[in-house]
Amino acid sequence: MAVEQPTRTQDATPPGDQTRIHDIGYRSYDGPRLGRAYARRSLYSQSLRGAYGLGRSAKSKVLPMLLFVVMCLPAGIMVAVTVATKAGELPLGYTRYAIVMQAVISLYVASQAPQSVSRDLRFKTVPLYFSRPIETSDYVRAKFAALASALFLLTAAPLLVLYVGALLAELDFADQTKGFAQGVVSVALLSLLFAGLGLVIAAVTPRRGFGIAAVIAVLTISYGAVSTLQAIAYVQDSTSAIAWIGLFSPVTLIDGVQSAFLGASSAFPGGVGPSTAEGVVYLLVTLGLIAGAYGLLNRRYQKAGL
Amino acid sequence: MAGVTTVVNVTVIATESLSKRFPRVTALDRLSMDIGPGVTGLVGANGAGKSTLIKILLGLSPATEGRAEVLGLDVATEGAAIRERVGYMPEHDCLPPDVSATEFVVHMARMSGLPSAAARERTADTLRHVGLYEERYRPIGGYSTGMKQRVKLAQALVHDPRLVFLDEPTNGLDPVGRDEMLGLIRRIHTDFGISVLVTSHLLGELERTCDHVVVVDGGTLLRSSSTTDFTQTTTTLAIEVTDTDEHPDGTRAVREALDARGVTVEDGSGLPGAGRVLLLTAAGEETCDLVRDVIAELGLGLVRMEQRRHHIAEVFKDGDATRKEAVGHGR
Repeated sequence: MAVEQPTRTQDATPPGDQTRIHDIGYRSYDGPRLGRAYARRSLYSQSLRGAYGLGRSAKSKVLPMLLFVVMCLPAGIMVAVTVATKAGELPLGYTRYAIVMQAVISLYVASQAPQSVSRDLRFKTVPLYFSRPIETSDYVRAKFAALASALFLLTAAPLLVLYVGALLAELDFADQTKGFAQGVVSVALLSLLFAGLGLVIAAVTPRRGFGIAAVIAVLTISYGAVSTLQAIAYVQDSTSAIAWIGLFSPVTLIDGVQSAFLGASSAFPGGVGPSTAEGVVYLLVTLGLIAGAYGLLNRRYQKAGL
Repeated sequence: MAGVTTVVNVTVIATESLSKRFPRVTALDRLSMDIGPGVTGLVGANGAGKSTLIKILLGLSPATEGRAEVLGLDVATEGAAIRERVGYMPEHDCLPPDVSATEFVVHMARMSGLPSAAARERTADTLRHVGLYEERYRPIGGYSTGMKQRVKLAQALVHDPRLVFLDEPTNGLDPVGRDEMLGLIRRIHTDFGISVLVTSHLLGELERTCDHVVVVDGGTLLRSSSTTDFTQTTTTLAIEVTDTDEHPDGTRAVREALDARGVTVEDGSGLPGAGRVLLLTAAGEETCDLVRDVIAELGLGLVRMEQRRHHIAEVFKDGDATRKEAVGHGR
């Protein structure tokens, strides 16, 4: 390096200019350059921390932390009640918890997905990433994985509280472990789905406000609409329609998958979950949406190049 | 790490009939050039193809035809390796307002592959070198345009690249900020040993800063030559002296004395202080010594004696037809 860059000197202070501190010598960097995989991991950890406001201003910590507490608080109360009343089971199943709390989860996605990607678009930071070794797919994978992990933390933490509480209440160990495992698989799927949808919507607009509104519309309003339609179908005794209507909202999609495969009791009206065949459709739609979201994000950033 | 063994005259950027065509526009048209180490100015009007060229050189946009190498690496196949050793400062705003310069530049250093500890150390160094001190801990949102430009420059330099692309770095700066930025760009090469490709649509700016200027227009190469060719084929001295009781018109006295010694002197009409400024063609240091001696003999005070260089801009005042000859002779 020294041969290659002969002009680099340790004391390059030009005479007569000693008052300026920044004229002290330039040191070149000969250390390791860790490349793409390292850059992707760094972006992942930075985005994951950012999703909880860490490394950002105090103001941006408030909402994600508050939502985290709101998510865990009911679990804590349920555990306390279970232990105190010596009830034989938890008031709410592991798999039902996220469905009941879907509004909180949606709010979290709506606030953090735009934070994660709209900022880079709005402040045109994206070109700085792509003028470095990482490629479009690295950026998308890091952002996707970060938001999914953040959501998994948010949804799995209360399940852990429930599980630990259930064991403290000396409920059946095998039963509880099975339920907990099913719950964890279910929220993992939910995290991937919600992260994908949230990011795709947020990546379309550089405006954070629009992003937040659009994410809430897609996650929460669609759930309200689908539930209403299902209720109408139930009242009119067209039970077969209930399952198909459920395909059109992310929350009911997860509900359908877990009632078909993860032993969950369905939150659909009348507790009529999809049959196994319908469940396969639910699972395929869910996985298709996750893959589609990943593909769309890649396409989106191909264009956002420089 | 190809091509680092020889020190002298390494080609930093080489293009060979490089073309880029969009459905409706031809951004680059068979551009061939070689750029060596040092500070190179890329001049052209808006839309001349400067930004397109930078994108291709970063390996982010494929060329329609032709090939290009940066630091001996092919842009079509070794884009990632190029981007690891090259820095890029975009023309537009690219900074999030809610983080501090330090946090932002550390993050960007890690994106370039620097381990955390090295990223922090290099960030502190680089921000100091571009002239950001205590303010680097405050959110970028509160910075002036000049400070933001420095942060943009710092993120391009933080991984100690061998070459930086600076896209319109003086945009939006006031005259003082402009001069500081140009000085900084000069130092990137002289003090840091990093080669620079800097774009501008203002020719005058690049005169003082660059070793070499490439002029593109409509995607074709108009001219590629060193700034000394542009501006230093003749050196003109400008002299201004005081008057004394003995010589009430000092300017005239000097003129006559120099005429007597066979030096042709012209009035500096059209310059600031016209009528009091004399211009003469300097053959070298002897001429300066001669002028000094003459003035000392006459007992006059020398207000100024400075080299006046031709400005690159003068080269382009002529019509297109005569432009190329004019450049060659420095007028």
